[in-house]
Amino acid sequence: MIETEDLVEAPPQNPVEPYLRTDRLPHIWCPGCGIGTSLNCFVRALIESKEDLDRLAVVSGIGCSGRVAGYVAFDSFHTTHGRAVPFATGLKLANPALKVVVYSGDGDLFAIGGNHIIHAARRNVDIKVICVNNFLYAMTGGQSGPTTPPSSITTTSPYGGFEPAFNLPHLMDAAGAVYVARWTTFHVRQLTRAMIEILHKPGFCFIEVLSPCPTLYERRNKLGDGLDTMKYYKEKSKIRHGAPTSEVALDKRGEIIVGKFVDRNRPEYLELMRAQHRAQLGDRFVEAPACLCD
Amino acid sequence: MARGFVTILIERCKGCGFCVEFCPTKVLAMSSAFNSKGYHPPHVVAPEKCSGCDLCGMFCPDFAIFGWKLRNGKAVGGGRES
Repeated sequence: MIETEDLVEAPPQNPVEPYLRTDRLPHIWCPGCGIGTSLNCFVRALIESKEDLDRLAVVSGIGCSGRVAGYVAFDSFHTTHGRAVPFATGLKLANPALKVVVYSGDGDLFAIGGNHIIHAARRNVDIKVICVNNFLYAMTGGQSGPTTPPSSITTTSPYGGFEPAFNLPHLMDAAGAVYVARWTTFHVRQLTRAMIEILHKPGFCFIEVLSPCPTLYERRNKLGDGLDTMKYYKEKSKIRHGAPTSEVALDKRGEIIVGKFVDRNRPEYLELMRAQHRAQLGDRFVEAPACLCD
Repeated sequence: MARGFVTILIERCKGCGFCVEFCPTKVLAMSSAFNSKGYHPPHVVAPEKCSGCDLCGMFCPDFAIFGWKLRNGKAVGGGRES
């Protein structure tokens, strides 16, 4: 049994709280939503990675996951819809000392922002992208999007969708990302470890986090609530590190392949730009100061 | 003798049940009581089983629960013995 004197030195607060804007909590996410769990993992990853948090910027777009920028107590940027990646690219190029993390949803990054993200991956800009995939546009009322699995019922597909969905790790692999992983909100420890890895890896890194959307996706498709989805993740996830990304497509309630699919090295954008300019201009090329913003 | 303990911030909880389902030693259960928003928070039913692993704290989407380890009656925070 617990003796009363054992409880005298209880920690006064949750270890993640110093990194959150607690005056804004409780957050707006629904009961059973996985975005909070992914944010929890992200904050724990930052604590464990011992990053300089004064040199960190979190950029979010619009949507449920876009609210992350408003809840973290770091420098954060809530940008226009779909344009989180261009804002992040600009931040990184203007101040290369910054560690830039894009934290946004599938609708923001791959529907309206699809063009930006493939080109950022192609250029291998040193930004870290965490995409919370809940399979539809949640904040606007549950419309189907490019990641909605076929035959899912959404507000804009009441008889079931028929469009083939994007396979996000395959898309990012083909576009040239140096790190591609997929985890679900059930895999909290693996997700935290993957987030620590991308914080230390140079280049364009991408993690897809599958998350329940109990209010719009699970409810309309009669798949239970957030907890049922977590149990489904537990039951049907298979960890296959290094699996070919063409084989990891998702369907409505089938098997989920999770793991780290791609981990390679390519020259980074700024490095390439400097090398090219130095080769062409010789002594006339002057390196920009390390940080223009101090 | 319990090796850890959990703290629950009842007013922040939204009653999703992740902590209750995924607690490795089944320390928690959903309470029948309400918080002021009308959700059922979890409560501790088997305090002696808690290992202080803080897995509940990692799963919680609302930052409403966290575990901590006890060593000679002193708290060592956040699931990590550091």
